[in-house]
Amino acid sequence: MSLESAMAIAAEPQDLIEGATGKWEIVIGLEVHAQVLSQSKLFSASATAFGAEPNSQVSLVDAAFPGMLPVINRFCVEQAARTGLGIKGKVNPVSVFDRKNYFYADLPQGYQISQFTQPIVTGGEIILDLPEGQSKTIGVTRLHLEQDAGKSSHDLHATKTFVDLNRSGIALMEIVSEPELRSPEEAAAYLRKLRSILRYLGTCDGNMEEGSLRCDANVSVRKPGGEFGTRCEIKNVNSIRFVSQAIQYEARRQIEILEAGGTINQETRLYDSARGETRAMRSKEDAHDYRYFNDPDLLPLELEPGWIESLKSALPELPDARSDRYVHDYGLSPYDARVLAAEQEFSAYYEAALTSGATVQRDPKIVANWMTSEVFAVLNRLNLEISQSPISAAHLGELVDLISDGTISGKIAKEVFQAVIDGEGSPREIVESRGLRQVSDSGAIEAAIDSILAANPDKVAEFKSGKDKLFGFFVGQAMKATAGKANPAMLNDLLKKKLT
Amino acid sequence: MTKLTELTITAALLGLKTKQFSAAELVADHSAAIIASRSLNAFITETLDSAAERAKISDQKYAAGTAGVLEGIPLGYKDLFCTKGVLTTAASHILDGFKPPYDSTVTARLDAAGSVMMGKLNLDEFAMGSSNETSFYNAVTNPWRRRSDPNTPLVPGGSSGGSASAVTAEMVMGATGTDTGGSIRQPAAFCGLVGFKPSYGRCSRWGVVAFASSLDQAGPMTRSVADAALMFEVMAGFDPLDSTSANLPVPDTRAAVASTDLKGVKIGVPKEYRIDGTNPEIIAMWEEGVRWAKAAGAKILEVTLPHTKYALPTYYVIAPAEASANLARYDGVRYGLRVPAASLDEQYEATRAAGFGAEVKRRILIGTYVLSAGYYDAYYRKAQQVRNLITRDFTEAFTKVDLLLTPTAPSSAFAIGDKTMDAVTMYLNDVFTVPASLAGLPAISIPAKLDSAGLPLGLQLIGRAFDDAMVIRGAAVLEKSAGFTHRPHSIAG
Repeated sequence: MSLESAMAIAAEPQDLIEGATGKWEIVIGLEVHAQVLSQSKLFSASATAFGAEPNSQVSLVDAAFPGMLPVINRFCVEQAARTGLGIKGKVNPVSVFDRKNYFYADLPQGYQISQFTQPIVTGGEIILDLPEGQSKTIGVTRLHLEQDAGKSSHDLHATKTFVDLNRSGIALMEIVSEPELRSPEEAAAYLRKLRSILRYLGTCDGNMEEGSLRCDANVSVRKPGGEFGTRCEIKNVNSIRFVSQAIQYEARRQIEILEAGGTINQETRLYDSARGETRAMRSKEDAHDYRYFNDPDLLPLELEPGWIESLKSALPELPDARSDRYVHDYGLSPYDARVLAAEQEFSAYYEAALTSGATVQRDPKIVANWMTSEVFAVLNRLNLEISQSPISAAHLGELVDLISDGTISGKIAKEVFQAVIDGEGSPREIVESRGLRQVSDSGAIEAAIDSILAANPDKVAEFKSGKDKLFGFFVGQAMKATAGKANPAMLNDLLKKKLT
Repeated sequence: MTKLTELTITAALLGLKTKQFSAAELVADHSAAIIASRSLNAFITETLDSAAERAKISDQKYAAGTAGVLEGIPLGYKDLFCTKGVLTTAASHILDGFKPPYDSTVTARLDAAGSVMMGKLNLDEFAMGSSNETSFYNAVTNPWRRRSDPNTPLVPGGSSGGSASAVTAEMVMGATGTDTGGSIRQPAAFCGLVGFKPSYGRCSRWGVVAFASSLDQAGPMTRSVADAALMFEVMAGFDPLDSTSANLPVPDTRAAVASTDLKGVKIGVPKEYRIDGTNPEIIAMWEEGVRWAKAAGAKILEVTLPHTKYALPTYYVIAPAEASANLARYDGVRYGLRVPAASLDEQYEATRAAGFGAEVKRRILIGTYVLSAGYYDAYYRKAQQVRNLITRDFTEAFTKVDLLLTPTAPSSAFAIGDKTMDAVTMYLNDVFTVPASLAGLPAISIPAKLDSAGLPLGLQLIGRAFDDAMVIRGAAVLEKSAGFTHRPHSIAG
């Protein structure tokens, strides 16, 4: 995608920011560093587990001992290629590793092995799920493989810095978007969708708290449709919420400067989540000259087209395809379909609730409704993940079956649902033990109706003279008489007959 | 009887097998020679005690019939090869006290073949130099002296100067060297030795302190072509730990070593190597080499390598560029020298200022400069393009010939201190060796004759990539033609 086409993309009217001199548009590009899900590092056999003792997962290669050489980890390459295919990018048959040179105590080689001019993946797209079923496609410029650095801790000692090299050499995918995002909400939607795709693919766990997904945001502002402004890069923001907040703050800061007649300095900034503001870290003048050049320790990475094809054909169904399927095959609303497909765990639960223990076809819409309303409400209330749901997918399916086959009414089902949450057993067990089975015996219902009509001759007369509303009164009385278990449809039919 | 230290590896192996002497005796005599020749400063670290112990094991292996191909042979390792538990310095102050917890692949293979490490040999700091004068552990002296001026110490060449001096002075029977732009071949020529730089990718670089990764290649330095071939076959071979290692079988060089003629072999003489102002003695030696080749049955052709004149500047862009990154890891944080300071940046500066010598600093500066924004295209990118042209020149020439024959160096050994003030003059020493390095080709230097001052001159043979056996064949035949048996006075006397 060219710069012009990125420039032509306009913000939604509600996303414009009102300044003193009129409306402003935010222009955002994101660089995401996603840690490759892999047992060992990009160029060494060291382990990658999070939270290990400092410096316990460090090989001589990771610590850059003299004469040590990198050897590419085939699995990490496969993961990056699969990710590229998953975001509909082009996996390049030849890519090249470069050295990015700079000095830091947690960068043992004195350079990071990265990919500069010839990345493993070029192009791609992320479809944003926006409110009210809207969507927007954001271009991905590239995805490349690179090494992570170690970790420096400056606050453990008054004068010393502690260095942990466990992370040194772990494989990262840097995924760069086009500057096509136009609001903090779009940025958040981009990150959510990208994270969802990575998790579906199993190429990154997407855990931002542990740093396996980190985001740099390039932010500038412009008058709607105008030239791009000077951008600032906000580094290493570690939650989706903070990314939105940082962009919001940064855009307002830039607008204030510009409206006061100032200019934006191209610089790198940090987001301070405690204060909710961004702070200058280094200016463009202080930027490193990384002196990129091809790493002579590594030959160009050549991938067989057949191998790439085989990866492509083995890709799992990804969130967009899955929500499309839910719309087309199950008749769900686009909104519900996206919600259920957004997380692999949601859709796994949903599909299990549709099929687990089913003897007849369950109605996908009814199952979806129960999940998006009742199940999610319970999870929210109890602050639980779907994997910890107090009602299993199989039990939800069973509950839907009980409604569909007329054993219980929708109203009774809510009572049963709560009882399942309270741990009283399976829906079927609860219906039996509490005697909640719906009365579908026309004789019993008729008897109840007859006694009510007999007890209320005046109301019957009023109804017959045109007071239609009283129909509800009779239904309520009949339900009461059957302890709520009368089959509502049968009750209605029978009552109508008796009253005519 | 000949002294044991005078033997070639080939002859010593026969003596050991036939029980004419023991490995313990062989190693003891070499230990004595090392002690006697300490004034040459060829060693940075001697490992004579462990060598004596290792020799006993060798004798047991001979007795048990389990001897390796180099069992009991005393060797020295250039101190660029990491050796487990033994100080490894790269002749630099910055690696102060560094004892690697690992062996380089190449030296591990030599060890596994039964050879006995006598110690770690001096070199130019980080292999950057052509005279072995840039070593933090001081200059190495060439055992050879000018006939007319026997009191002036001469350089052994570099960067594998300690290796050349030690093999020449019969302190070891062979040594490992590394060659980035001529660092095996030029010191071999200066010391009257055989020095073989195999095709790039033949010998693993794993565990060898890196100078310029796309050029560095380990190889043997010996007193005969047969010995070089023997060591080469042990040192070479695919190593999955080095991504640039060639996954090819190691050639069997026995037939090549036994060759007595060059019938059917076409040898090219590149006209661009006839540089104006070259020492006439070098030209004469080269012409003699051509006559030997012809007499041995080779067909001689003049060939052209048009981009030869750009090789030296190209090399002095690419090698420093790679070195500037390769040497970034010496930062005082994890091993080696650390000069403490108040901040991290100051510690880097103090450590690297104290740890690196002037030539290394010069090359880091050059390398950093040629990779810098605004200069990259003019220097580094251009150099890579020229490197491709140089490689193409060779590819073209090798469609017509099997080997190229050239001098190894533009002069014989010069006096210590003669050229240290002028880096460019020093760099010119590599003019004949650098092109083959840039193209990754196998090349060997063999001693041809003495010049009028009584100093050895070397002939270089360059072959097709991975046709190492052809290079050894040519060298074996020309070695017989040259019949070079001269030895320095200090040794022969």
